[in-house]
Amino acid sequence: MTPEKRDSKKPSGRGGPAAKTRLPYYPGCTLKTTAQNLESSALAAAEALGIELVELPRWNCCGVVYSLAEDDLMHHVAPVRNLVRAQEMSASGAVDDNARLVTLCSMCFNTLKRANARVRENADDLETINDFMYLEDDYAGSVDVVHFLEILRDLGSEAVGEAVKVPLEGLKVAPYYGCTMLRPKEVGIDDPEDPTVQEDLLRALGAEPVDNPYKKVCCGSYQVVQSRDVVIDLAHDILGHARAAGADVITTCCPLCAFNLDSRQNEIAETRPGFEPIPVLYITQLMALAFALSAERCRFDLNRTDPRPLLSGKGLMREEP
Amino acid sequence: MADKIVISSENETFLAKIIELSGEAVTVCDQCGTCSGSCPMIAEMDLTPSQMMRMVQLGQRETLDSKTMWLCASCFACTVRCPRGLDLSKVAEALRQVTLRKAIDHIDIRAIPADELAELPQIALVGALRKLTG
Amino acid sequence: MRVGVYVCHCGGNISEVVDVKKVAEAAGAHADVVISRDYEHMCSDLGQKLIADDIAEHKLDRVVVAACSPQFQGGTFMRVLETSGLNPHVLEMANIREHCSWCHGDSPAEATGKAVSLTNMAIARVRLDEALEKRTMPIGHRTLVVGGGIAGIQTALDLGDSGFQVHLVERSPSIGGKMAQLSRTFPTEDCSACILSPKMADVPANPNIELLTYSEVESVEGHLGGFEVTVVRKARYVDPDKCVACGLCEEKCPVSVPNEYEEGLTSRKAIYVPFGFAVPNKNVIDESVCLRLTKGGTVCGLCQKVCPHDAISFDDKPRTERITVDTIVVATGYDTFDAAKKTVYGYGRYENVVTAMQMERMIVHAAEGSPIRPIKGRIGFIQCVGSRDEQVGNEYCSRVCCMYASKLSQLLKRSDPKRDVYVFYTDLRAFGKGFEEYYKRGQEAGVKFVRGRVAELLEDPVTKKVTVKVEDTLSRQIIESEFDLVVLSVGMEPNAGTESIAGMLRLTKSPDGFLQEAHPKFKPVDTLTEGVFLAGTVQGPKDIPDTVSQASAAAARAIRLMNQGEHVLSPVVAFVHESACDGCGECVAACPVEAISVTSGVARISEAECTGCGACISSCPTDALDLRAYTNDQLLAEVREAVGEGGGRGTAVLVFADDMTGYRLADNVGTARLTYDTDSRIIRVPSGSRVTPKLMLEAFAAGAGGILIAESEEKSSPYAGSAKVMRKNVAVARQALEDRGIEPERVRSIEFVTVMLAKFAAEVNGLAALVRKLGPIPEDKRNYLSKGIGERRLVDSR
Repeated sequence: MTPEKRDSKKPSGRGGPAAKTRLPYYPGCTLKTTAQNLESSALAAAEALGIELVELPRWNCCGVVYSLAEDDLMHHVAPVRNLVRAQEMSASGAVDDNARLVTLCSMCFNTLKRANARVRENADDLETINDFMYLEDDYAGSVDVVHFLEILRDLGSEAVGEAVKVPLEGLKVAPYYGCTMLRPKEVGIDDPEDPTVQEDLLRALGAEPVDNPYKKVCCGSYQVVQSRDVVIDLAHDILGHARAAGADVITTCCPLCAFNLDSRQNEIAETRPGFEPIPVLYITQLMALAFALSAERCRFDLNRTDPRPLLSGKGLMREEP
Repeated sequence: MADKIVISSENETFLAKIIELSGEAVTVCDQCGTCSGSCPMIAEMDLTPSQMMRMVQLGQRETLDSKTMWLCASCFACTVRCPRGLDLSKVAEALRQVTLRKAIDHIDIRAIPADELAELPQIALVGALRKLTG
Repeated sequence: MRVGVYVCHCGGNISEVVDVKKVAEAAGAHADVVISRDYEHMCSDLGQKLIADDIAEHKLDRVVVAACSPQFQGGTFMRVLETSGLNPHVLEMANIREHCSWCHGDSPAEATGKAVSLTNMAIARVRLDEALEKRTMPIGHRTLVVGGGIAGIQTALDLGDSGFQVHLVERSPSIGGKMAQLSRTFPTEDCSACILSPKMADVPANPNIELLTYSEVESVEGHLGGFEVTVVRKARYVDPDKCVACGLCEEKCPVSVPNEYEEGLTSRKAIYVPFGFAVPNKNVIDESVCLRLTKGGTVCGLCQKVCPHDAISFDDKPRTERITVDTIVVATGYDTFDAAKKTVYGYGRYENVVTAMQMERMIVHAAEGSPIRPIKGRIGFIQCVGSRDEQVGNEYCSRVCCMYASKLSQLLKRSDPKRDVYVFYTDLRAFGKGFEEYYKRGQEAGVKFVRGRVAELLEDPVTKKVTVKVEDTLSRQIIESEFDLVVLSVGMEPNAGTESIAGMLRLTKSPDGFLQEAHPKFKPVDTLTEGVFLAGTVQGPKDIPDTVSQASAAAARAIRLMNQGEHVLSPVVAFVHESACDGCGECVAACPVEAISVTSGVARISEAECTGCGACISSCPTDALDLRAYTNDQLLAEVREAVGEGGGRGTAVLVFADDMTGYRLADNVGTARLTYDTDSRIIRVPSGSRVTPKLMLEAFAAGAGGILIAESEEKSSPYAGSAKVMRKNVAVARQALEDRGIEPERVRSIEFVTVMLAKFAAEVNGLAALVRKLGPIPEDKRNYLSKGIGERRLVDSR
């Protein structure tokens, strides 16, 4: 995939008092409300790997979903403004990385990265947007938007493995990717038809990834607002195929995917007899679990389909003393 | 009785508008159907995605009456698979924009029951409002 | 110098407009013009005799004929000189018909003046003409054919049967290629092996063909009439003279690997015969997997122990052979698209997804009653795998897959009508002889053709059945159903070996990656490298009948060249004024056909490869490069004459017209009697790139008003890359003019086709009008320009 600029300081991987790398981090709205479990577990897992995700000051809504009309610049203002914030943050010395902005939410990632590409490739559009935001500094096109999973991939399985205290043995995980992390090709962090970044990470955590071909089928995204039934059908197919492949749990890295897959399981069970609920977790929650971080960091309480019975049944729920 | 198409200069105008708004070479679509086979939202659509493209190619304004582009989840599965390198999500956006820019919204936030609104994550609401309202 | 000038009346075509007597008189005024005549029909027998007699009587050593276009009767007068004992290249023609009387019919006075000028220009040129020797190269009767598939086999047989010596080099242990793997061929369903086998057997039987299997071409030097080829004969480890292919060695060999011929569906041993009807039908050891050869020592060696004919030797080494040939035919074939690259179809991961080539093998074995893989249940064919697909980088259509799928599907259906067979296509292309009828037979047999490109395949983890997801675009319904077996109709890609052979022979590739023919209409099997031809799928996807046609065509084209016995080379080639050359090497990169090299500090032109376009001339900073028959001095003399004494009126429009298009176009304009400005002078050049910036600036310094370069459009030009050089030269000249305070608009270039008659006239008129509006370039500016050229400050700006 596209090589991002490497950190000047490689984190030690053991956390603790060793020098931490501070990276600019964009949360997005949902991570502060219904997806606090994603943020909490991710920040904790990052810390254990020697990375401090420092929240972008004065961030605004990313502008999801990326506007696709050729002539629409207005809807790119919001994401570009966040990039200006990232520029400011780099200049302020609050972070170690001058070029990257890390996102956790796949939809924010997609929107910010595409808007960034748009203005980098069209100098006229960038000028117009900069002129429009006359109260802000000009965005110079210097920020790269990266997904947290890319950071983890660059770190490598070995470094992740070193932080594991509770290998997730016996846990069969069906990683779910959804769309915005993988598509379109210019934006995606992995092969859109055959991604492996979650599988590699899961193996580093000691878990057993199971493949299922529905891992990249859309969950329905924002259509959950107007077409509940289609989303229920999609969730049924996605979850059903994961189960059929032998999965105990599903992982995801997007709050909307998590919502669509997790919170509709009761309705699915009602309309489709034989459907067995299956816990939907953020992959960062599994990381926090494997790193034996506390329950306050894992935040399983926010997962609609409670994963705790299954996880403790496998002997995986332990905490750092 | 089979439907009839009457070809007029109106067709050219409509086609040109969609091409302009989407930036996509709609005339290059050869109707292979890969997009339809990849679309997760097709179950509720009245026109298949490739049918939508076909009608745009023929310049038929009736395409705007379809449910199809409103059901698009912008998942880009069609985009990464189209053998002609077309981006259908942009064509769907263009079709939506023709209506939305006339201040005709497709969803009404007030029609959503309060308990559902409370439950839905903001990302879903913002995304839906961005795509389905003007 | 003793020049003879002949002015033709052309039966009134010239004389009715131009005062031919005056033209002859003006020519006669030159000191070195010994005789100057006018005559009714110069091209007639009597007219020719006139010249011949004068040459003898007046001891002429140069001849100018002012008449029609040299492209019309140039050959006639060159022959007159030859039979009279003069070198044909000391002739010049002044085109006073197409370029004068015919296009200036409404202004006889000006036409006459122009005719005088054109004749003076020809005289100026002829003074600097050299006797150019007819260059010939002997060509023998030896051909190298690279590739032993059906294309290479057919070419070799045609050449061998015609009495030419052929060296057929094939990299695998047997000839036969992909055709040897097919079951039956469309549309007649004849057995592929049955029709191929006799042809394969004919190859070693032909006394004129030397068959070199398990061999590769390592390098090629030289050119038509003398290609020096180095061939590596790989080590077989089995003596073909002793081996009888009894198979005892294979029985004992402990190493099993996937069998390439069976597309991995069965295995073979490390020592093996490629297939049942292999030619040569001998064993060979695969050194990459043989235990003895990979581990050394006394490991294994069982085959050697059991061989009753002592045919095996582990000491065998590859050998290098050098062959000299006169022509080469490249027939290196194709590879099928690697289906694993289309991840959505799960090839290599899903159990029940196979390629069409695998299905060919499966059908062959099933028909024998010994299936290598079961074929049962519902079968689906997916078309356009790896073709017509920008996501995998192959935009083109592979041409054969619709037909081979029609074939495989109906073979399956007719052998077991209970089978459910589907073909999922995008378009069904059945263009050839008997193709549509054959497709219909498939429909009659009950094969279900669905128009839809399969989006994705999904495998049931338990049953391993494959779910096909596709839209039936004709009924607008989505199909999502299970199949027991899915066959991927993979397309064709250029063979892996193509890249290296193309590099060795400097062959160009088409945008689709296949090797490029010299001309898409008129030279479908030639390449731009003289003496090298293409045959078969190396040039592009095609079926067997088309491949065989091309193969025979390539043989015919090679025979055509070789039958001439000698190759006459055009004398118009570049040459080097060695004393002026400093070996900088700028010309090497400038030559579009890589005919220049620098050795011992001096540029050298390979005359056999030089096409005479003249593009290199402008790249030389020291004016060391030149072009025969169009030398720098000649063109300058012509230009000065065209402009007129003392700068003339300063309004002359010089039209440099290239041989292939510009000059021809100007002729056509005259023939159509279209008129244009008389202040124009057409100067013939081989290609527009011959006009160097220096020449253009000299023209203006001498008093020209404007310059128009009439050049072939790029896509029709016979000289690759010359349009680019021409445009660069024009840009340099314009900049230099601007720097000296002269209007750059005075220089224009247009890329024409020969039918743009009105446009040509309009362009000339337009430029002439502009020049008149701008007025002549003032003398001080011309002097300043001249100085700049002399000090080399202007023309070194590259």
